Amino acid sequence: MSNRTLNLLIPVVSVILGLLAGALIMLVSGYNPVNGYIALWNGAFGQVFYVGETLRLATPYIFAGLAIAFAFRTGLFNIGAEGQLIVGWIAAVWVGVAFDLPKVIHLPLAILAACCAGAFWGFIPGLLKARLRVHEVIVTIMMNYIALHTSNYLIRNVLSKQQDTTPHIHHSASLSSPFFQKITDFSTLHNGIYLALVAVVVMWFIIEKTTLGFELKSVGFNQSASEYAGMSVNRSIILSMVISGAFAGLGGAMEGLGNYGFAFLQSSFSGIGFDGIAVALLGGNTAPGVLIAAVLFGALKVGSLNMPVDANVPNELVNIVIALIILFVASGYIIKWSLARLKREAK
Amino acid sequence: MHFMTALEIMISASLLSAAPLIFTALGGVFSERSGVVNIGLEGLMIMGAFISIVFNLTFSHALGAWTPWIAVLVAMLVGGLFALIHAAASISFRADQTVSGVAINFLALGVAMFLIKNIYGKGQTNTISEYFQQVDVPGLSHIPGIGKLFFQGITYPSYIAILIAILVWFILYKTPFGLRLRSVGEHPMAADTMGINVVKMRYFAVFLSGVFGGIGGAVYAQSITLNFSSSTISGQGYMALAAMIFGKWNPLGAMWAALFFGFAQSLSIVGNSIPYLKEIPNVYLLIAPYVLTILALAGFIGRAEAPKADGVPYIKGER
Amino acid sequence: MDYVIEMLHIRKEFPGIVANDDITLQVKKGEIHALLGENGAGKSTLMNVLFGLYQPEKGEIRVNGQKVNITDPNVANDLGIGMVHQHFMLIDKFTVTENIILGKEPKKSVTIDVKKAEQQVREISDRYGLDVDPQAKISDISVGMQQRVEILKTLYRGAEILIFDEPTAVLTPQEIHELIGIMKTLIREGKSIILITHKLKEIMEVCDRVTVIRKGKGIGTLNVQDTNPQELAHLMVGRDVLFKTEKTEGHPGQNVLEIEQLHVKDSRGVEAVRGLDLTVRAGEIVGIAGVDGNGQSELIEAITGLRKADSGTVRLNGKNITNLRPRKVTEAGVAHIPEDRHKYGLVLDYTIGENMVLQTYYKKPMSRNGILNYKEIYKKAKSIIAEFDVRTPREFTKARALSGGNQQKAIIGREVDRDPDLLIAAQPTRGLDVGAIEFIHRRLIEQRDHGKAVLLVSFELDEIMNLSDRIAVIYEGAIIDIVDPKQTTEQELGLLMAGSKKEREGEQTNV
Repeated sequence: MSNRTLNLLIPVVSVILGLLAGALIMLVSGYNPVNGYIALWNGAFGQVFYVGETLRLATPYIFAGLAIAFAFRTGLFNIGAEGQLIVGWIAAVWVGVAFDLPKVIHLPLAILAACCAGAFWGFIPGLLKARLRVHEVIVTIMMNYIALHTSNYLIRNVLSKQQDTTPHIHHSASLSSPFFQKITDFSTLHNGIYLALVAVVVMWFIIEKTTLGFELKSVGFNQSASEYAGMSVNRSIILSMVISGAFAGLGGAMEGLGNYGFAFLQSSFSGIGFDGIAVALLGGNTAPGVLIAAVLFGALKVGSLNMPVDANVPNELVNIVIALIILFVASGYIIKWSLARLKREAK
Repeated sequence: MHFMTALEIMISASLLSAAPLIFTALGGVFSERSGVVNIGLEGLMIMGAFISIVFNLTFSHALGAWTPWIAVLVAMLVGGLFALIHAAASISFRADQTVSGVAINFLALGVAMFLIKNIYGKGQTNTISEYFQQVDVPGLSHIPGIGKLFFQGITYPSYIAILIAILVWFILYKTPFGLRLRSVGEHPMAADTMGINVVKMRYFAVFLSGVFGGIGGAVYAQSITLNFSSSTISGQGYMALAAMIFGKWNPLGAMWAALFFGFAQSLSIVGNSIPYLKEIPNVYLLIAPYVLTILALAGFIGRAEAPKADGVPYIKGER
Repeated sequence: MDYVIEMLHIRKEFPGIVANDDITLQVKKGEIHALLGENGAGKSTLMNVLFGLYQPEKGEIRVNGQKVNITDPNVANDLGIGMVHQHFMLIDKFTVTENIILGKEPKKSVTIDVKKAEQQVREISDRYGLDVDPQAKISDISVGMQQRVEILKTLYRGAEILIFDEPTAVLTPQEIHELIGIMKTLIREGKSIILITHKLKEIMEVCDRVTVIRKGKGIGTLNVQDTNPQELAHLMVGRDVLFKTEKTEGHPGQNVLEIEQLHVKDSRGVEAVRGLDLTVRAGEIVGIAGVDGNGQSELIEAITGLRKADSGTVRLNGKNITNLRPRKVTEAGVAHIPEDRHKYGLVLDYTIGENMVLQTYYKKPMSRNGILNYKEIYKKAKSIIAEFDVRTPREFTKARALSGGNQQKAIIGREVDRDPDLLIAAQPTRGLDVGAIEFIHRRLIEQRDHGKAVLLVSFELDEIMNLSDRIAVIYEGAIIDIVDPKQTTEQELGLLMAGSKKEREGEQTNV
């Protein structure tokens, strides 16, 4: 079995196993799995409105997935996508509210702000890892909480006057699309989906075709050999986290400029950043894989909202299924690893 | 407000916040000393918090004042079993241990919330009536000076945590089990050649991390939040992990670090009652523990000395 | 016949390979029995079967005539079989005593009885003349003492049969001499020894009988006194082996590498290179001889820019390259074959092609304006593969899939292809079979004949003496002496490596 086939098979099998496990849990908890999954399907694809919602939710998932996949390729685990997303969201909304410019300037400016904010939020853990060898997992998780509390503070005290939400962004900074609204029965699908597709191509290009991508992958595979060959490992680590943070920040722009059009106090994380981890893993850390996985997860999440309605099943079931899919994907690589060893010994 | 009163409040709040962190960090020490990275401590705390609250709500009328303690025992078992999932994925299936740990966190939250909704029909449980109260330790609290500072208004788990930390230190450094556990984390192949079963050791160590994480979550829920919802455990598991690293994978070091982080966490809780702290905008107090964690890792450790084989799956026959 | 160990018709398979194919080994009580074979022939695997780390697919093992089933090292220990590993199985952070007692700790109620343990360690070490410090940490003691700790581990467990796996790889001639003395003491005390090695001289000197293994199969067992190195080499490899590589007289030219008073610290902050001076000229091979740990690694890292030099200068063709970044050093004309090809030489998950441009990918024609040109990359890869006889299915194969010898050939190809002025080769033939070793030696001499300066670092004295035009002996971070290979002996080199420098008057002083 070729390596390629195996790389595709593991995620697919993991999804199937995850869904089966979900069915089992429903059964054991006294629910009807068939009804549950029908509700799930209907909730994602049953009406054109839901399709729109699925694609809309997939949009920030794509960015979050790209962010984490990108960092993974360099051997870094960016759990900070959640925080990078939040700061991107705030930055985009800030620009959207504070200025009033022609759309051709305002929208790109807001997007750029999100990009830079996310990049900065990724830069800090990147720098700490490169210079001081501090593990990025803990730093990024801490940064997530700092972002959460700080953004709440900003919303309450800077972007609004003691309110729970910011004012609405100006129309000139909005990603909302009357066209999409028309064809999807007024779902919240917006123009950000185009940006997401562009981002997919950009990531693919950087990783596969550029000298930067060559260095990042090399550092991810073998830091010692990369350093030996003359590459700057520190620079690669920092750049990787910066670019990763930028992708995640853009994901926040999707929410701030497209989905909602404002920012609001949050008592806990949106979960998009964490789900991005699942998206990246399921997508094999490749750009096209992330695209497919993001749509799948969008469908799962949107569809899950229908499960309590149509089948009386708590929508958290889908979170369990997603967690199991990650476990299966991560564990599935033993198959690939064993086969690779077989090939090596045969030489 | 008198300085001493402020100090009393700070110390008891710090001990309250630190206790769950100490237990959980000790769990992390066991796991990582055997060579298995355990990011899933957050999820193990969630399971501990969840099961202890459910048990408490269900049985408090029957067990009275013993309820929180028995709930902790139940949390130990549940946490240990849940951790075996991580063990299986990481040890037997050689999954990336960080990924597996993160998945455990998702899974724990998902399972806990699913069951909460299933059992109670809503996303947040009721408040428990039997919990770890802040008490005055009989006898010790009457010692002049330190008695009021350290033994009044504290919860028993706080000091039990410290005692357990000392016990874990003893086990790790003075007993044959501890020597073998550490050898497995430093050089599993060497341990293997000395006849030690690396896989069994690691499974047991991860199981222990689940036990201790479960205690941590149960203590947290039953002394601080007094109920369970999706935001009950929000970063404490990760903080415990940081405490372990800050403490250089040494039980006593982790304990001191956890006390420090407990202190940082308590700032935002009691900040409103203490005159000087009242002036500081709440946001700084809220982010203080997280910023301090980062500074601690960056400033004090930098190049942390993890057990040599931490995070590396042991494959027999690979040279 | 009084056989203490019998391994009869052993077959051990791994996925895709038969490591031991119907091998029979019989060891008499009280003898030193050599197990001879090339790297990768299957000797270590066979002994790992005996030691219980692996289970054979077929075959039978007998200890003192009784059939046994050795399922894990504990069983082997109980049967009196002990193994002194080639790559020490020692835990750096633990003390000597802790390493020895691990798994069989003397107890005092629930705790480890450290005093009793140390006492037992002292007793055994005195009885067999194995000088160790029970309380020292492994990371602080010498390689020789570490090996003695390995030996003590087996004796602590009551080993009667000791397996030594390539024990002399990291020792000086003097330490080898000491080890041979220890082995003879062990025999006198009634032990039996199996010696795994590929060093013919040692076998002739100390062993009673030798069993030869080639490519997983047993070739035969001989009495050492009835044979000679040529015959053994022939059996080991399957054909006649050249012991010396053909080499014409060298014509050294200008100074290419000039190192003056170099000071470099190691990773622990201790000075590893202390005022080192060295010159390498164009068209010559300078071999650095020395025991591992005397600063060789740090020296090379300093030259190539991987480690900071605290003071002193490194000049290449007159240009000061001290403390330049690795990339700048490479661009100045230095090529480097690293001592650990998996860690430093290759990115195993990259293809061969990608590995061939690891240092050149950012230059034309491999890339332009940051965008890679894979056509050019694979063109270059194909040419290197062809010229250096790298056996690989295609240039798109991942480097991981290649054998050690082919990986090393690819690395050498990549380095030589850049046409450097200075070629540094660190342990270039470690772990390779004879064919690959011959190939690499020929290439090094070829580079020297083309006017390159070659700096060779190796622990194999034969290799140093064979290839070098001049030998520089490194001891405690400095060059203690430079000798002519044609006029020196192993004994003299050994003494230098241990720090004894002959004075002009012919007297010896210890540095």
